[in-house]
Amino acid sequence: MNQAVVELDARRLLCPMPVIKLQDCLKKQAMGTRVEITSTDPGAMNDIPTWCRINGHDLISSREDGMEFVFLVEKGAD
Amino acid sequence: MTRKAVALISGGLDSLLAAKLIQDQGIEVEGINFFTGFCVEGHTHAIRKQDRSKVKRNNALWVAEQLGIKLHIVDIVEEYKNVVINPKHGYGANLNPCLDCKIFMVQKAHEWIQENNFDFIITGEVMGQRPMSQRKKTLPVVSAESGAQDLLLRPLCAHNLPETKPEKEGWVEREKLMGITGRSRKQQMTLAKQFGFEDYAQPAGGCCFLTDQNYAVKLQDLWDNRGHKNYEIDDIMLLKVGRHIRPSKAFKLIIAREEGETRFLSGYKKQFQSIKTISHAGPMSLVEGDKLDQQQIQLACAITARFSKGRDEESVEVLFSDADQNTQEIHIKPLAEIQSDWYIT
Repeated sequence: MNQAVVELDARRLLCPMPVIKLQDCLKKQAMGTRVEITSTDPGAMNDIPTWCRINGHDLISSREDGMEFVFLVEKGAD
Repeated sequence: MTRKAVALISGGLDSLLAAKLIQDQGIEVEGINFFTGFCVEGHTHAIRKQDRSKVKRNNALWVAEQLGIKLHIVDIVEEYKNVVINPKHGYGANLNPCLDCKIFMVQKAHEWIQENNFDFIITGEVMGQRPMSQRKKTLPVVSAESGAQDLLLRPLCAHNLPETKPEKEGWVEREKLMGITGRSRKQQMTLAKQFGFEDYAQPAGGCCFLTDQNYAVKLQDLWDNRGHKNYEIDDIMLLKVGRHIRPSKAFKLIIAREEGETRFLSGYKKQFQSIKTISHAGPMSLVEGDKLDQQQIQLACAITARFSKGRDEESVEVLFSDADQNTQEIHIKPLAEIQSDWYIT
């Protein structure tokens, strides 16, 4: 069975706002929940992976899709 | 029992060193970084096409990774408005309410440690380093007015200040803290070398656009022409983008300087009247003001056409859209010259 993914739209937001949006969303989720966030800020390519590393969340994948940057993140332990 | 401290992390060297000094004393440290809306360090790079490949790192995240600590980024945009609009202690050289800002951030950190069961707060403040918020007289004001009192520890200049609770209780050893004063960065750079930190933000990681003269002039113009000091996050973002030209009190044009800015401004077409040249390559303009009359539309279009490839033509075709997306195609002679006092800089 495919795992449900929470989708987050952070298009047009400039960093750190996509990171804040992801952070606030993950706070409400259970450990293991996956969130896919889409950003148009190229800064997210640095910021979201770094934020995941320091806060203990798994970055499952990241990809560039035209002008958009899409990240799949799995929530780690609080 | 391991004591816990939250460090205000700006992304600069001082907060990095302050957190490291405390971490090395066995204290569990986590970082907190406040997003005011004015910390728009990498925004110009993110918007402009020519700079998209040169994206800047977020220094607060970089610092947290160097320290191996968690970083909590807190959105204070709404609450921060009152600090910018009504600073009790006034502004600095531009529209920077540095002392009120520091008090507010420490106050928010104090609330945070109470909610999250942390023991004290640390900052990278250095006595005498900044003319407004980091003077001998103002450091105690921050402790008192924030409500943090003796739970606020400044590891880099602790020897110049009265003992705080973490020192009195023996949670940290005062002897291992520092007594740095003044604007020289020599001691911090030596300390950074000792800790093995390289590639830290220069000069100090400060990224608040309220200290920038050009930015402050645009914000003041916005307030003056609206007749009040309130603002929304989109207002303060747009002050970073494009040329700002005010040909009359009634309206201001924000004219993109390149393709990335045109794309960014296009995202606001449903909130603003907008102009785009269609017969020639040219920028997107947003009109900030009430609904324009026909004479004002002609002037706004002639100004926008001036920045198109058709600037020397007798007639350029432009598309004027109101915020409801009703459009008019207008043929206009580009304005021969933009009055220098129309530029808001």
